[in-house]
Amino acid sequence: MSGWDKSAITIATFLPVAGAVVIAVMPKEKDRLIRWLGVLFTGAAMVVAIAIAIGFDYGGHSGLQFELDTSWISAIGARYHVGIDGISLPLYVLTFVLTFLCAIYTTRYVPEPGRTKAFLGLMLLLETGMAGTFIAFDLVLFFVFWELVLVPMYFLIGIWGSANREYASIKFFLYTVFGSVFMLLGFLGMYFRSDISNAPGLQHSFDIVQLQAFGGAGGFSHGFQLVVFAAVALGFAVKVPMWPFHTWLPDAHTEAPTIGSVLLAGIMLKMGTYGFIRIALPVLPYGAQKFAPWIGLLAAIAIVYAALACLAQKDLKRLIAFSSVGHMGFVMLGIATLTTIGIQAAIFGMVAHGVITGMLFFCVGSIYDRYHTREIADIGGGMMQNVPKLAGIFAFVSIASLGLPGLAGFWGEVMALLSSFNPASGQNVGLFRGFMVAGGIGTILTAGYFLWMLQRVNLGVLPERWKEHRFSDMLAVEWWAWMPLLVGILVLGLYPKIVFGTSSEAVTALLHAVGVGG
Amino acid sequence: MIRLPLVLVFSAVLFSAGVYGVLARRNAVLVLMSIELMLNAVTVNLVGFSSLWRNLTGQVFGLFIIAVAAAEVGIGLAIVILIFRNRETINVDEVNLLKW
Amino acid sequence: MVAEAAAAVGPGLTRYAWVVAVLPFVSAPLILFFGRRTPGRGWIYGVASVGAGFVLSLGILWHFVQGGGPTASSVSWFQVGPFTVELGQYVDGLTAVMFIVVTGVSLCVHVYSIGYMHGDARFTWFYVVLSLFTGAMLDVVVSDNLFQLLVGWEVMGVCSYLLIGHWWEEKVNSDAAIKAFITTRTGDVPFLFGIFALVFATGFTTSNIQQIGEMSAAGEMSSALMIGAALLLFGGTIGKSAQFPLYVWLPDAMAGPTPVSALIHAATMVAAGVYMVARLFEVFIHADPLVLTVVSVIGAITLLLAAFLALVQDDIKRVLAYSTISQLAYMVAALGLGEAGYAPAMFHLFTHAFFKALLFLGAGSVIHAVHSNYMSDMGGLRTSMRTTYVTYVIGSLALAGIFPLSGFFSKDELLVAAYHDKTYWLLIVLLLGAVITAFYTMRMLVLTFGGEYRGHEHPHESPRSMTGPLVALAAATVFVGWLGFGPTNAPFFDWVFIGHPEDVSFVAWIAIVSTIAAVGGLALGYVTYVKQPAREPLTRLGPVYTLLENKYYLDDFYLNGIVYPIRDRLSAGVNWFNRSILDGIVHLFALTTRGLAAVVNLFDRGVIDGVVNGAGEGAEEAGGFLRYVQSGNVQGYAAILLGLGIIGVIVVAIIYVK
Repeated sequence: MSGWDKSAITIATFLPVAGAVVIAVMPKEKDRLIRWLGVLFTGAAMVVAIAIAIGFDYGGHSGLQFELDTSWISAIGARYHVGIDGISLPLYVLTFVLTFLCAIYTTRYVPEPGRTKAFLGLMLLLETGMAGTFIAFDLVLFFVFWELVLVPMYFLIGIWGSANREYASIKFFLYTVFGSVFMLLGFLGMYFRSDISNAPGLQHSFDIVQLQAFGGAGGFSHGFQLVVFAAVALGFAVKVPMWPFHTWLPDAHTEAPTIGSVLLAGIMLKMGTYGFIRIALPVLPYGAQKFAPWIGLLAAIAIVYAALACLAQKDLKRLIAFSSVGHMGFVMLGIATLTTIGIQAAIFGMVAHGVITGMLFFCVGSIYDRYHTREIADIGGGMMQNVPKLAGIFAFVSIASLGLPGLAGFWGEVMALLSSFNPASGQNVGLFRGFMVAGGIGTILTAGYFLWMLQRVNLGVLPERWKEHRFSDMLAVEWWAWMPLLVGILVLGLYPKIVFGTSSEAVTALLHAVGVGG
Repeated sequence: MIRLPLVLVFSAVLFSAGVYGVLARRNAVLVLMSIELMLNAVTVNLVGFSSLWRNLTGQVFGLFIIAVAAAEVGIGLAIVILIFRNRETINVDEVNLLKW
Repeated sequence: MVAEAAAAVGPGLTRYAWVVAVLPFVSAPLILFFGRRTPGRGWIYGVASVGAGFVLSLGILWHFVQGGGPTASSVSWFQVGPFTVELGQYVDGLTAVMFIVVTGVSLCVHVYSIGYMHGDARFTWFYVVLSLFTGAMLDVVVSDNLFQLLVGWEVMGVCSYLLIGHWWEEKVNSDAAIKAFITTRTGDVPFLFGIFALVFATGFTTSNIQQIGEMSAAGEMSSALMIGAALLLFGGTIGKSAQFPLYVWLPDAMAGPTPVSALIHAATMVAAGVYMVARLFEVFIHADPLVLTVVSVIGAITLLLAAFLALVQDDIKRVLAYSTISQLAYMVAALGLGEAGYAPAMFHLFTHAFFKALLFLGAGSVIHAVHSNYMSDMGGLRTSMRTTYVTYVIGSLALAGIFPLSGFFSKDELLVAAYHDKTYWLLIVLLLGAVITAFYTMRMLVLTFGGEYRGHEHPHESPRSMTGPLVALAAATVFVGWLGFGPTNAPFFDWVFIGHPEDVSFVAWIAIVSTIAAVGGLALGYVTYVKQPAREPLTRLGPVYTLLENKYYLDDFYLNGIVYPIRDRLSAGVNWFNRSILDGIVHLFALTTRGLAAVVNLFDRGVIDGVVNGAGEGAEEAGGFLRYVQSGNVQGYAAILLGLGIIGVIVVAIIYVK
């Protein structure tokens, strides 16, 4: 193990914090310099992350790579244990890419009331929190990163948000904290019930790998698993968000600045689903099996419910926020099946949703930047005549989001549905096929609301009131910030092996370890 | 040999006279003197018991009291003189500044 | 035997069949990125790629003309869990024939559009989507597995959405586009589930169509699963090939530019549904007779419903649209006959593609001239548009099934198939359909080209780029029918067969009856409309006519019974539920917490702080009261002391005395 192998993850994860510190000491007046420092640091972190992805061993190696396990808070047995595997890697890289693109976007757009320094500082902090969540293999470390994310996002919404920002930011914060309290209790429960006395010195462990081995071998009693799974799942479910814990999401998205929405939808939501795959499922396999039908039910409801809610939305951003609920429903449906196909579909769905919905929020942000309204009725159609390129990209991404094959949105959803045709043994097949049918109806409704939205926003004749406004079409910075995502949508759709191939070994090993593979 | 009960009665009378003086007289000098009376009553008591028990301790205390009484009268009279200089009176009813 | 033939001929060009499908996917981005800078605004790429594809397709067909066998090849695309998805091609006679249809018609449409779309604001974009669409259809045709097929299938759906809504300034057009997409997707979802069922039946080992076919033929799949899969797959056909009850999108799709209608709604996309059934025919015929009956019945119902609707249309394109639905239903109904109907259905698909494309392009030429879709604005065009007129008549007679045009041969085969299968009810339906078809065809011909001109523009013949394809397609219409005619083995049935090449049996009386039906229908139509009646004669049918005019109220039912309630009321209900109930609970939670906080606050201030402050205040008050004891009177103090002393003495005395 060379020094690089041990330190690469730490470098990438904490580079943004260093950037935040550097930006914090910069004089406020050097606005341009600060913006480019943001690009520099997120870019550097992204380069390291990509180097990790290049150095990653994709073939037949299911364990952790770039692992570092060192003492941290020895009093409670919490360790600094980080590493990366095929499940983490796509999300980890996505985090850095998306934040980098946000930094590029910020070189031009800093939302009201300015204060670039604080804005970028918080964004960098957020990046570390999100990236850290995906590589932490110690429950305490995981929890620290998990909570670290909340604070910057709270301020991003609370300071740079739109009219109703205070309500939204507080709702977001409290709701998530509410969930994470239960999650923490669950973690503590796992700790105190874990027994790793064969390891020297300690009896209990926060280490996720050890807990997986312990829990996968049936170390936890069934009653305990049910209770703790419920607690942990509640914490994750709020973050995903699963129906009916989703109501913070539309508000947070609607009020958040563009960057906030992009990162929130693009990455933060995945922390919840990632938690299910990484912690809840392998550590508490019995609980997972018992709760799977309920998770599947909530997911199926979410898909249909979100699509219907989207049809009723008048605010463009709120509509897309609700569409996130539906897409995450597909991800959760895949997880609920407890099959390799389902979980791989879930991982693919997460990445695809990150790219597509992140891009949709970028689009809406740019539309708002031109029209200064997000009301569909106020925009009133004709955007294709006004800003054809922006409108075209918006249409492209919307169509990707409704699940056109050949684009990123398709494979995650189809494979999730396929997996629910045949859930893991022990699950009620008929029930899951019912969920599949609900998901299928959801895809029709999804197509419906996206196309209806496009009709009302993009198509038709430009209303008189916008004719005297000369809006600029795509700006250079938008091309730069969006092109990687647009290419990503196409590449993920045409060559899904990028994600499926990466996650395959890790998912198979994970399910094999807990004995629910199928 | 004087019988103890007589001594005690005398002491009691003397003390009572002192108590009366302290409580009833308005003149500060008289109050001081009444205190002396009370002290002397105590001294008589001590001496009386001393002779009864053939023990000198009582007489030693008696001597202490005489010494203390002398000092007390010295200081007391000095205070009275100072009060008189300031207030032109030594009536204790009128010297009541140290109150609520 | 097949293997031997293949060995004898060698795979030839069939190995490169995938190139045909890839070419349009290359030209689409070329047009998108370089089209505007290219002379002619980019059509050249599209025409070149499709033209090259057509030439290559001819080469591939030549392989089968020589008696070659099918080839298959594939590469791994990606793997999910235990399941591998492949990219591959399977080329047999059916593939080759479909290649000819798709590239041939697409080439005509590409060339035709140069003239028809000339001057359109989004000319370049039109060609991008046209290329993409052609590529997607070719992918469906060449694909050797279900997922690759599904990709092409859905991409076609989106392309049709884009093309139907090409003139999106008008809300009617974008409405039609959305309707087409959503309706076909409603069929695609069952189709997807059907794919799942088949993949599941193979134990997640493959999605290869040939392997699935072999497994189902060998009885390795559970019959319940196969019945389910076949019915679900047929849902895809109902959507894409516009069968009852999902045919409603196709007439509205006429909102798109006419070349699009010719390509999508006559020759390719709608044919994809029929093609898919043919590709997966092993599953259908080995599932259960019930499945085939369902297929037949749906086809028969659609056939009649659509044919009746074609009678009352004024929009020339809608006549053709309903006629397309009806003709597709012929194929579907024939497929329901099982093996007997397979090759005839494909033959009808083949011939129909040419004459229907010809009719659409001809109608486009007419519309281009008179700037109206309505036949009430036409009339008398036989003189002013000579080429269009002649070719249109050829197409119409083919549609009506008149010897020796292609429609006659293929329709005859269908009738023969029904006869041999002893499915006489279907034979009657098909014949009845033939009469109605002939009737509305003649009505269309007479109203458009006969009588006097009723429009306002000055009609003129279309440019060469438009009439050229018309002539080419007319030639095809005249000649391709002979491929299905031969003394022993007709060439077409050597290329396309299931099981073994079939002997073409010519039943004389059926040919005669069908000709009588066609001629009768035509004659009736001519008699009814030759005088160009001002009032539509069919209005005499009264309530039936009203029913037809309102399209059996099916559209109204869908809109008012399903779409609007979901879009407006149900969604509003969900939104209300979200805001009032779910958010209400959250807010209730918040309010309760705040109320609790207020109570705690009161307790904190009142009780806990009260104790602390009370201690201080109590001491103060007690002090305030007790200070009055401090009178400053020395004698008073002394008296108190005395009193206390006496009390003390008494107390002590009492205690000790006792």
